[in-house]
Amino acid sequence: MEEVPHDCPGADSAQAGRGASCQGCPNQRLCASGAGATPDTAIEEIKEKMKTVKHKILVLSGKGGVGKSTFSAHLAHGLAEDENTQIALLDIDICGPSIPKIMGLEGEQYVEDNLGVMSVGFLLSSPDDAVIWRGPKKNGMIKQFLRDVDWGEVDYLIVDTPPGTSDEHLSVVRYLATAHIDGAVIITTPQEVSLQDVRKEINFCRKVKLPIIGVVENMSGFICPKCKKESQIFPPTTGGAELMCQDLEVPLLGRVPLDPLIGKNCDKGQSFFIDAPDSPATLAYRSIIQKFCNLHQSKEENLISS
Amino acid sequence: MEAAAEPGNLAGVRHIILVLSGKGGVGRSTISTELALALRHAGKKVGILDVDLCGPSIPRMLGAQGRAVHQCDRGWAPVFLDREQSISLMSVGFLLEKPDEAVVWRGPKKNALIKQFVSDVAWGELDYLVVDTPPGTSDEHMATIEALRPYQPLGALVVTTPQAVSVGDVRRELTFCRKMGLRVMGIVENMSGFTCPHCTECTSVFSRGGGEELAQLAGVPFLGSVPLDPALMRTLEEGHDFIQEFPGSPAFAALTSIAQKILDATPACLP
Repeated sequence: MEEVPHDCPGADSAQAGRGASCQGCPNQRLCASGAGATPDTAIEEIKEKMKTVKHKILVLSGKGGVGKSTFSAHLAHGLAEDENTQIALLDIDICGPSIPKIMGLEGEQYVEDNLGVMSVGFLLSSPDDAVIWRGPKKNGMIKQFLRDVDWGEVDYLIVDTPPGTSDEHLSVVRYLATAHIDGAVIITTPQEVSLQDVRKEINFCRKVKLPIIGVVENMSGFICPKCKKESQIFPPTTGGAELMCQDLEVPLLGRVPLDPLIGKNCDKGQSFFIDAPDSPATLAYRSIIQKFCNLHQSKEENLISS
Repeated sequence: MEAAAEPGNLAGVRHIILVLSGKGGVGRSTISTELALALRHAGKKVGILDVDLCGPSIPRMLGAQGRAVHQCDRGWAPVFLDREQSISLMSVGFLLEKPDEAVVWRGPKKNALIKQFVSDVAWGELDYLVVDTPPGTSDEHMATIEALRPYQPLGALVVTTPQAVSVGDVRRELTFCRKMGLRVMGIVENMSGFTCPHCTECTSVFSRGGGEELAQLAGVPFLGSVPLDPALMRTLEEGHDFIQEFPGSPAFAALTSIAQKILDATPACLP
């Protein structure tokens, strides 16, 4: 098989298809023809648009189904509890847009006055519509979301992403690069099957120089509602997120236990914090959001003072 | 009109099943692995093709991580998991020099590798090839279906969990199957409830009922519900054979029943 060109210059760079590392790549001819080149004006336009957006946070995971959208939604709800903080939640999971459902939105875009949402889910006329798009078209949609949506004055733009390390992730990092992304929160569950993908995601972040704010371990233990005893449905056979975070020197923001009310509330499109304010899961979320704010603010202060 | 396909490396593969879901993390790789093991225990020769390039889970689930892939005269030799060579596997996971290395590829490059995986693996004679896919309805899925189309796959097993958030994505996957002309063999609902080992109370951790309702709505067979089962999770982590080691465990009955339905739905081969 062809070697992965570790030094791929990028499909839209001047060296596309012409670099030494392009030899043998299946896209070489396509890149050399200039077909992959996109105008840089979009990046400048996005930088302008993002001037009114104070903080940009990506929520990532190499693994699907670990609770990225659930976390993104509840981070947004948590931050929006302060009426003076403007929150925008952008869902770039184009094939599987979960955010409209989790936020209880059918087409209107404001959950609260200070919490707005954008998702490709709003553009689909039927719940059965499939978005069967290849990479370039998905990239175009992400560019449109960032450039053409009138974000206004926003304190936090939270970007929910699909699983993986592909087009959507490369695009959002590239389009927001000059507008400064504060960092990424990475979600995992305790098992090795998740951690092995999440390690890749951490390496992706390092490769594209995206700061990592911290890791959240979701579905961390289950307390039976009847007998209150704990079970490990997704056992941390290799030390869970805690050990991974120690090994890779990234902060662990916290652990959220499984609570059946989370799933129920996401299905109803409600904030889980309202339905279960005293649940261990709510308390865990609140602690994580607090830690996120502390870490994130101290990063900001370091940047300003440096 | 489609040109007749070069028989090539898939000539000896009798039946191809794709395992799909619009939603991530519902258990596609788990179901692919357990289906393959159950079919093998039913006496079939099974191969697994893992086309999840960004998150290849299957090598670990079968205890095969770190195994090397060798070239033979017909292409890549798949990794055999047993001495009898009744179960084999090909995954991009075997091609990564470092397991923590991210495969950060855009669509066209993923498509190229998938085409190679489909045509250049010397599977030999197989009763079933189970194809595990990543979540979504994008490049990998189109490339896989187009590459397999000349070999007339039996169909797709679509996996969901009970909640509306999963079912919402899986409805779109069913539309995708229809548009791509891929028959849906049925829906499997995974993570259907958890029975507390201490008090046997059953809790719907991820809501309930979504899979069966979706199957009815879409007019496709409902193949069964697989409960959350820590023993299953553990054997997948450790790369052991759940079907062999835990016949009394909650998920065993559901998984073997699904495999039986697949066997029953498979047309008899002409001699």
